[in-house]
Amino acid sequence: MNSKLIEVNNLSTRFHIAEGTVYAVNGVSLEISEGKTLAVVGESGCGKSVTMMSIMRLIPIPPGEISSGSAVYRGQDLLKISEAEMEHIRGKEIAMVFQDPMTSLNPVLTVGRQIGESLRVHLGMNKEAARDRTTEMLEQVGIPAAGERLGDYPHQFSGGMRQRVMIAMALACAPSLLIADEPTTALDVTIQAQIVELIKRLREQLGMAIIWITHDLGVVAGLAERVSVMYSGFIVEEAIVDDLYEKPSHPYTLALLAALPRVDRRRDKRLHSILGAPPNLLVEPHGCPFAPRCNFAIQRCQEENPSLESIAPGHNIACWIDVNTGGPR
Amino acid sequence: MSEIVQTESEFNEQPLVKVDNLVKHFPITRGLIIERQVGSVKAVDGVTFFIGRGETLGLVGESGCGKTTVGRTVLGLYPATDGSIIIDNQNVGESSKKEILVIRRKAQMIFQDPYASLNPRWTVSAIIGEPLRVHKIITNTKERDERVRELMLLVGLSPRLINRFPHEFSGGQRQRIGVARALASDPLFIVCDEPISALDVSIQAQVVNLLEELQDKFKLTYLFIAHDLSMVRHICDRVAVMYLGVIVELAERNELYENPLHPYAQALLSAVPIPDPKKDRARQRTILTGDVPSPINPPSGCRFHPRCPVMMDICSKEEPEWREILTGHWTACHAV
Repeated sequence: MNSKLIEVNNLSTRFHIAEGTVYAVNGVSLEISEGKTLAVVGESGCGKSVTMMSIMRLIPIPPGEISSGSAVYRGQDLLKISEAEMEHIRGKEIAMVFQDPMTSLNPVLTVGRQIGESLRVHLGMNKEAARDRTTEMLEQVGIPAAGERLGDYPHQFSGGMRQRVMIAMALACAPSLLIADEPTTALDVTIQAQIVELIKRLREQLGMAIIWITHDLGVVAGLAERVSVMYSGFIVEEAIVDDLYEKPSHPYTLALLAALPRVDRRRDKRLHSILGAPPNLLVEPHGCPFAPRCNFAIQRCQEENPSLESIAPGHNIACWIDVNTGGPR
Repeated sequence: MSEIVQTESEFNEQPLVKVDNLVKHFPITRGLIIERQVGSVKAVDGVTFFIGRGETLGLVGESGCGKTTVGRTVLGLYPATDGSIIIDNQNVGESSKKEILVIRRKAQMIFQDPYASLNPRWTVSAIIGEPLRVHKIITNTKERDERVRELMLLVGLSPRLINRFPHEFSGGQRQRIGVARALASDPLFIVCDEPISALDVSIQAQVVNLLEELQDKFKLTYLFIAHDLSMVRHICDRVAVMYLGVIVELAERNELYENPLHPYAQALLSAVPIPDPKKDRARQRTILTGDVPSPINPPSGCRFHPRCPVMMDICSKEEPEWREILTGHWTACHAV
């Protein structure tokens, strides 16, 4: 019923480069149950993609290093199993869709061959069976005349159609978990709406769980059950979707929502802007990473980094401050 | 008091920018030695609008609808195929080279990509000082640097960074350099071409607020080109919606967002996500099917008819007339 599909515990990822060490992910914990959708929200460089790449074991080591943590998928720690075992899971049980379909598709292979490959490798299908299944998948994601387009190359598809091809490829083996890394960011808004509807429909049909990574608090509002907000490699707030938007409790989430103009509201005043810029990840975190930009910051925030604590059932924040009173919690 | 009233009515009667039936086609050629034209990309195909002094007009639409081409043609960066553009009572198309230089002083541009629009080998001093140098506004180097420092302060950059190169700045700071450069020649009119879409959410608000402050301070007029409809509602006074080279609807912002008339504008607005889960779930969406057709061979009649949910027979045959339905609310649709 409520069984955990994947449980990430205290994951930390660093990159050792010429300039020093990049503290990309700092002790992130996430969990997701079968068939549920989790959104991970944050700005560029907050570590959301690196977290997912670490789970999928796609981080090049070196320069990368997963310095701590575990990612238990159905009883197996993905960070400890062999590369051969990982290859069975990657693409078959856990699939990924990336932001830019043009760079994630191989430009010199036909679409039919790229989708068919995973079917033949993972499910041992023969050519004809793979071909039939590929056609069926392309139909499911709404590509017109799917059968005739198997021999087409990626450049012959439009941006939205390419993203559909990516989704068809990811879902070909009916994975239990789909990791979608900003799948609609490069698309126009009407095409984004098409893709979001498509993924919602497929989620119901296939019963898969989804981790949706995005910088856009708008897109995930109608899509996810839970939301985790990341900043500078830390999760700073996590909650059920309604709670997060109604009662945002971390100053960063609060500021992010206030910085967002609304298409459904008349303008009343200037946008709330967050001063300064995101922190330098080359410096080892000390104190709360958001403190230099935070309106509520007190002395303690500079010295001690708060850990995630529950403020209501299912609602956790990492902050010393109660944003309702403006004083310490 | 009476003086103020007079200037106000002047605002409305004499728009700063007047664009009439603007057309911009890009030729498609074949053949290396003997080039011949085999077709044309009809990027902009008859666009009419005006912008009042001190006003912000939003131009929205999806990739490839021609909104950037409109912005660039209005500034004379592309020669117009047809139609007229008047900026501050000067016709851009009929001006001599000398006159164009004067218009270029008054009309500036802020670009989308703060990484590609600044010369990586130039210092901030050279970048922001360029308009001052080109237009011979300040010829003395020392005085020019003094003015550049002033401009840097104005856009929220520390003047101490005047000798730095673009790569030493973050995306938001680079966009501020672009804004300072646009302001250098004391313009009346600035075309902002997706000035914030390459920036993070927390930085977008900073740049938008800066643009608004500068508008108040210097009575600037903006043409704000964007695909982020939420931001456009926030910053613009009136909004024009483009589809495949034409404007399909134009109205005051709240009127357009609360009472969109054209089926494309309705679909576009309904596709914008709302950061409110309950509202987003309850919303009725019009999901368009298919993609935007090619501007080389746009559909006959109304360009939107192949994707239109309320398409009628007449739509594929006759181009709909551009009509004022309510005061200041214009649209081109047979069904309205």
